[in-house]
Amino acid sequence: MSTRAPAVVARQLIKTYPGDVTALCGMDVTVEPGTVFGLLGPNGAGKSTTVKILTTLARPDSGTAAVAGHDVLRHPDRVRRAIGVVAQSSGADPVATGRENLQLQGRLYGLKGAELNRRVDELLARFTLTDAARRPVKTYSGGMRRRLDVALGLAHRPEVLFLDEPTTGLDPEARTAMWDEIARLAGDEGLTILLTTHYLEEADRLAERIAIVDRGRVVVEGTPDELKGELRGDAVHVELREPVGEAGRTVLQGALAGLPGVHEVVFDTVRSRGISVRADDGAVAIPALLGALERVGVAVAAATVARPSLDDVYLRYAGRRYAEAEAEAEGAGDRVLAGTGGA
Amino acid sequence: MSTAVTQSAMSTAVTQTWYMTERQLVVFLRQPAYLLITLIQPVVWLFLFGNLFKEVVELGGFGTTSDLDYLVPGVVVMSALSSNMWAGMTTLDEIQRGTLNRFLTTPASRAALMNGNVVSNGLVTALQSVVIVLLGLLGGADYPGGIGGVVVLVVASVLLGTIFAALSNALGMLVRERESIIGINTFLLLPLTFLSTAFMAEDRMPSWMRHIADFNPLNWAMVAGRSALSKQPDWGDVAGRGGALLALAVAAVWLSIRTFRSYQRSV
Repeated sequence: MSTRAPAVVARQLIKTYPGDVTALCGMDVTVEPGTVFGLLGPNGAGKSTTVKILTTLARPDSGTAAVAGHDVLRHPDRVRRAIGVVAQSSGADPVATGRENLQLQGRLYGLKGAELNRRVDELLARFTLTDAARRPVKTYSGGMRRRLDVALGLAHRPEVLFLDEPTTGLDPEARTAMWDEIARLAGDEGLTILLTTHYLEEADRLAERIAIVDRGRVVVEGTPDELKGELRGDAVHVELREPVGEAGRTVLQGALAGLPGVHEVVFDTVRSRGISVRADDGAVAIPALLGALERVGVAVAAATVARPSLDDVYLRYAGRRYAEAEAEAEGAGDRVLAGTGGA
Repeated sequence: MSTAVTQSAMSTAVTQTWYMTERQLVVFLRQPAYLLITLIQPVVWLFLFGNLFKEVVELGGFGTTSDLDYLVPGVVVMSALSSNMWAGMTTLDEIQRGTLNRFLTTPASRAALMNGNVVSNGLVTALQSVVIVLLGLLGGADYPGGIGGVVVLVVASVLLGTIFAALSNALGMLVRERESIIGINTFLLLPLTFLSTAFMAEDRMPSWMRHIADFNPLNWAMVAGRSALSKQPDWGDVAGRGGALLALAVAAVWLSIRTFRSYQRSV
């Protein structure tokens, strides 16, 4: 498998939208064939823009990209034949039935006659849509629509499947079902999947390799275990009774950073009440931390020890908690969204 | 070899345009309210203008003394304009729903993606035009130009519709705002209609209006259709205006396909 060319290679992609909104500043992605690769990051980090470039929808300002061995700028048509795309909103025709949507999709790839019907039946059955096949899509539930979206992306048996935020907006039950479906797809002979998500759990669960994306570039890449393993020791989260301001944080930083076995002290700037500490041994660090906090007169509401999570990985490489990045994206992301009709 | 490839690419594009057209027609047929409005609105125009202009026609200069004879082509052409100029709204819907992006990531011909709703609008325009002509006939209108004249009128109104459907699509792709399409359409519909001979004889128009009308594509369709329907058609006029409509339609369609480039930069 290592002798085969990568299914997706992107080098130094740069993309700026009108109004000087920088979406990508030096994006690098390599996906080995037959694997599931996750691009993880908050809204507005550049995941969707990357997918748009790789799927020939958008042109980068500079940089190169190839999918299934074809250059996306020089041979977009070859790329289009090789890929399947499930975007955040795939826009199945609401007035047409599920079957009609799939038939049209197949026809656009040149399928026809008995072959087309066989493929459509196969997809309807596989995504448990056979009973709903003759109903207009506007009567479908969110989960059914999403399954139809994925079926549309698979109509022509693509080599590389792009799943852009496949479970955003789904209820927990439908999300779990979709995860099972994606895991099954991953087992398909030779199918390469590039998945974008802003759910840490989703990336952890589905992707063999993950690239964490922040502000238009990859900040770190590896298998979920590698990423978590790079973090020494345990994550200790302390929840304070009262929010602390800028000055208080400086005092706390001084009081905690010097403790034995404590490596990193990071403050949650969104709620101003959380402190995250990386320690060699969480169980040993907690009493020392609590003692130090008591000495400076700060009351603690709760303290927990956890094995490193992807959130901790994110904190380490992007310099902020995942929730903070999401909150920041709410504000900045709106601009990008308005400019692009769905970044 | 390369001609064979081009030929097969062409036939693929034509087939795909039909897929896209069929899809739009299905939407149209499954929303009976839409269909009903498209067919009933011209009837209302015919009735309203028929009553309003009854005595105006008797003033003379219209080349006929029957108000319906004169009004039918006017209503046909005006209806073609007013139904086609909203094509961009469908394109906007498709952009916002994500449908256009889904099709753009398939190997589908870009021309097919853009022209599906132009062709489906054209077919609906043809149907609508024929219905208006038949209603006129029921109401006692006389078409000395016969079937040939009716065909010219229908083709001219379809070409006019194509121009405005394609431009509307281009606008939707470039501006991507409902408000712009609504604004431009409301701004254009009445001036284009009344700066033409649709409802007023040329001889009775102020001369500055006549000069403007010479550059109004709606008037080209008007002149071509009405001339072909008359007792002694001026085929030179018909060919000239028809040719101009065709040229403009080709240019508008070309422009609308070009907008994919700017879309790709801004998406």
